Amino acid sequence: MKSEMLLLIFATALGLLWVGSLPPTLNAAEDGSGSVTGQVKFQGTAPKATRIDMSADPNCLKAHPTPATTEDVVVGADGSLENVIVYVAEGMPNQTFQPSAQLVVLEQKGCQYQPHVLALEANEKLDVVNADKTTHNIHPMPENNREWNKTQPPGVPIEESFAREEIAIPVKCNIHPWMHGYIAVFKHPFFAVTDKDGRFQIKNLPPGNYTIKAWQEKLGTQIQKTSIQTGQIANVDFTFKQ
Amino acid sequence: MVFICVLSLPTAFAQESHIAGLTGNAKRGKALYQRYCIFCHGPDGDGQGVSALYIDPKPRDFTKGVFKCRSTPSGTLPLDGDLYETISRGIHASGMPSWKPLLRQERVDLVAYIKTFSPRFQEEKPGVPVTIPSEPPSSRESVKRGAEVFQNMNCGLCHGKEGRGNGPSAASLTDSKGNRITPFDLTSGTRLKCGNSDLGIFRDLETGLDGTPMASFSEALKPDQIWDLVHYIAALRSTKGQIAAEMIHDTN
Repeated sequence: MKSEMLLLIFATALGLLWVGSLPPTLNAAEDGSGSVTGQVKFQGTAPKATRIDMSADPNCLKAHPTPATTEDVVVGADGSLENVIVYVAEGMPNQTFQPSAQLVVLEQKGCQYQPHVLALEANEKLDVVNADKTTHNIHPMPENNREWNKTQPPGVPIEESFAREEIAIPVKCNIHPWMHGYIAVFKHPFFAVTDKDGRFQIKNLPPGNYTIKAWQEKLGTQIQKTSIQTGQIANVDFTFKQ
Repeated sequence: MVFICVLSLPTAFAQESHIAGLTGNAKRGKALYQRYCIFCHGPDGDGQGVSALYIDPKPRDFTKGVFKCRSTPSGTLPLDGDLYETISRGIHASGMPSWKPLLRQERVDLVAYIKTFSPRFQEEKPGVPVTIPSEPPSSRESVKRGAEVFQNMNCGLCHGKEGRGNGPSAASLTDSKGNRITPFDLTSGTRLKCGNSDLGIFRDLETGLDGTPMASFSEALKPDQIWDLVHYIAALRSTKGQIAAEMIHDTN
């Protein structure tokens, strides 16, 4: 009897050890309650946005009673930087993350990309929408993902996804050469794109030490480290210069 | 674990190709490549051969697994047969000659070797070839409808209103390597890069020419619309667009 009990305990222990060694597959929401929040700013004289000449396509011109301006460095009145991708680069727990079922939309509107910078997870569905009255072509040019190029007339939906992490894929429309955008693809859900006020928030982080990076399409990447306790909201700000 | 990893590493000679009953061997292909292809496409297949500096358009970088002339959807790998046809036909108005002087078996061997340059050929299957329904006969009405498709699809912004390759966006076009690329002058009557038949043009419109600004119309147009566009393009190509112009502006 005793030896059978011992065998049972031993087998159970081994089993538990094996299960414990598997990387758990969890949804981000179940993980932790910490978050990183902050603001990204630009220091110095903001580069001037230049006017975009859309005369090649009257449909595009019509959409802008005041001419549209370039969006590669968008600085707000208080120096806030929009369209910066802030993300956790190191410190994530060893897990596989299921891509969110939320619809991610890239819109071609007024012959510009909305949003100008988009971030999503690998294999997450991207809905490309042509909200204009003119035909576009949607042409991402990745280094680490498949390159494709599709013509998209008004109202025709196109759905795609990207399998591999890449920060970030330039997107263009060849028909309307001034159109530029970026798509960043992550293997995890811990990223955000700064809003008009340069603010971001990355939620659902378990306690730990993290390396946070901020990427701007012209100004490069900045790195900061932070640590988070359970339920803590850590503040991380970034400042970019010319 | 390590043993399995080693087995699955792409080796230069793991690839084969299968074209029309012939099987290509990458080892034989390598010897041929080093004799015929290396000066443009480079020893690493990345298009950085010694002659590349002097050539426009630049030689294909095989390491990306991105090819212009395919029968497969945009973003997918070509079939072995697509690569074989490109080698055999050559690419008009470029430095890529026709390699028909090489034996069929030699060209099939080259395809096997070329596939070893990109890990994509290990990781992915080629795309499913696009469906090409039978061609309806051309007609004045078809050409007129095709002209309308040409306008609605904004072809003119690159190819020009009359298809002469001089659209307002033409000067800005670059390929995916950042090199300048010019949209085809459809009235020039010269050979198209991936084939000149109506079937070939239909296929190119469905697949797009990957790596270039020329997009796929697979999500944009129905097959009968593409045939109309093909008929319009054929009319443009004959007599420098004169027939096309007459057909469209004829009020009969």
